[in-house]
Amino acid sequence: MSLSSAQTSLLDKAPQFRHTPPVRDSASRSRKIKYALTVLAFLLPSAIPLALFTLGPMVAAAWISLTKWNLLVPPQFVGFDNYSKLLSNPKTGEVFLHTVYYIAGYLPLVYVGGLVLALALNTALKGRSFLRGIYFLPVVTSWIVVALVWRWLLNPSTGIVNTVLSFFGVEGPGWWTDPAWAMPSIILASAWKDLGFVMVILLAGLQAISPELYDAAKVDGAGWWRRTISVTLPLLSPSTFFVLVISLINGFQVFDQVYAMTGGGPAGASQVVVQQIYDLTFRYGRAGEASALSWMLFIVVLAVTVIQIRGQKRWVNYG
Amino acid sequence: MADTAVFHPGRRRNLLQLTAFIGLHAIVIIGALLMFFPFLWTIITSITPGASLTTTPALIPENPTLDAYFRLFEERPFGRVILNSILLAGITTVVQLVTSSTAGYAFSRLPFRGQTVVFAVYLATMMIPLQVLIVPLFVELKTFGLLNTYLGALLPTFASAFGIFLLRQAINQVPRELDEAATIDGAGHFRIFFSVVLPNIRPALATLVVFAFMGSWNSFLWPLVVLRSPELQTLPIALAGLQGQYISNWDVIMAGSVVSVIPMLALYIFAQKYVIQGVASSGIK
Repeated sequence: MSLSSAQTSLLDKAPQFRHTPPVRDSASRSRKIKYALTVLAFLLPSAIPLALFTLGPMVAAAWISLTKWNLLVPPQFVGFDNYSKLLSNPKTGEVFLHTVYYIAGYLPLVYVGGLVLALALNTALKGRSFLRGIYFLPVVTSWIVVALVWRWLLNPSTGIVNTVLSFFGVEGPGWWTDPAWAMPSIILASAWKDLGFVMVILLAGLQAISPELYDAAKVDGAGWWRRTISVTLPLLSPSTFFVLVISLINGFQVFDQVYAMTGGGPAGASQVVVQQIYDLTFRYGRAGEASALSWMLFIVVLAVTVIQIRGQKRWVNYG
Repeated sequence: MADTAVFHPGRRRNLLQLTAFIGLHAIVIIGALLMFFPFLWTIITSITPGASLTTTPALIPENPTLDAYFRLFEERPFGRVILNSILLAGITTVVQLVTSSTAGYAFSRLPFRGQTVVFAVYLATMMIPLQVLIVPLFVELKTFGLLNTYLGALLPTFASAFGIFLLRQAINQVPRELDEAATIDGAGHFRIFFSVVLPNIRPALATLVVFAFMGSWNSFLWPLVVLRSPELQTLPIALAGLQGQYISNWDVIMAGSVVSVIPMLALYIFAQKYVIQGVASSGIK
């Protein structure tokens, strides 16, 4: 079939010979229906499970947020009481602030580190597959183990980090035992653990860049630095965009590492939003308030993500 | 691009290149040691008999033994637990490959009214913490009679906005001229999807395989809530159980941790090879 169409297009040089049916209402409508069916065929496999098992429970959580519910007796409708209670509680602002502090420290660290690593491991380094595997190890290790090791490394008196620092005559901080240093300790461990994640995403992005572009840049006399700035980074922007959006969404929901490393302490200094949600639900039996807090978190994350999507046209380069 | 840091002897700026070459290797290798250290510590603890965490383990333990690994399989149905985890993670991965690639194609190549809004709704499914969805989800699956079944554990993992977003970004990078060329040959969207787009996003597909598998392999909260029978347990839950049981025997706990990390690492190394190979064989880029 494709052969015969190729033959006709070879024979008929004039474009009007290409058979284009006159646009009639019924034809265009049937084409529209066919297109709509195609879109549905591509979307429904993902839309159905997402609607049933994520959006549905999200809507249910919105309803729960308007009730007083301890998970045992039936919920009782209270309107926006939970929200006003949360807004007047200074604790709410505190946990949001700690979460933002975490993101502000974690995001630049993990992105720059992951980028440097991806660029380095994308070069003809000996044993780079092996090295990539090593850098990926922390990503697959559970937070329970990672937290144990990091608490040990950052132990104020016996830990390796402070021992090395004192060797250089610097008195190390109290790390996770000190309210002022608890969050930096969590940030450090998280960035260390997720470096391999960012590396993998960016490496896949680097693989998609055509080698011819580098050859062309080389012919033009561009050095490694110049090629990185004007070829690699712009063409890597879709992957960078992905990493930033995902890291922000996940950053706002930081929990496991806080739970495993400091438990929110000392003195609540590293308590974050999701931990508060967890405690409200499973420790205090205030599911309504917990749902309200997670909807507040949702609104914040959605707003930040929409801003990122709006802003992408300025700097994200799709082929 | 593969040779950007290769040291070319006999070129100008030799010394500068040599310095960069050595510096790069030094940074990457020291970094790798920092990355490897906790895992090494895990392995050493797992072969130190009766290890506790109050003392720093010796780099070379006195009486190294694999005893902890045998105890793991003797005292707990660890073989079954590993099979459960592989089964769930395998199914999740295959299904997510289908749901993510089709949705990624729709968001990249099939413009329709309200597409941006629909995409934002997809992303929004990542923005509410699981801790708060777990209660309504539990009630829902109870109504469906799916508690304590593999299907109940699997259904909420079938579509992931993370995977869809990942593949949409990858498909956006596939040159549109390739679609146009295929359209002229009379190909419809399904053929473009299968024979133009999929072969060109192999690195991203391999990446998704790793993350989808890992997400299921490490997931804790939902399997804990939905799978109550001991014979349905997955690895993270069995490991957490070990921690309650062997409060002072860290060798067994660390052995469990090593056993859970190895398959993921193997999958990653396998997938990495596929990423490189995928690009080399696709040709059109």
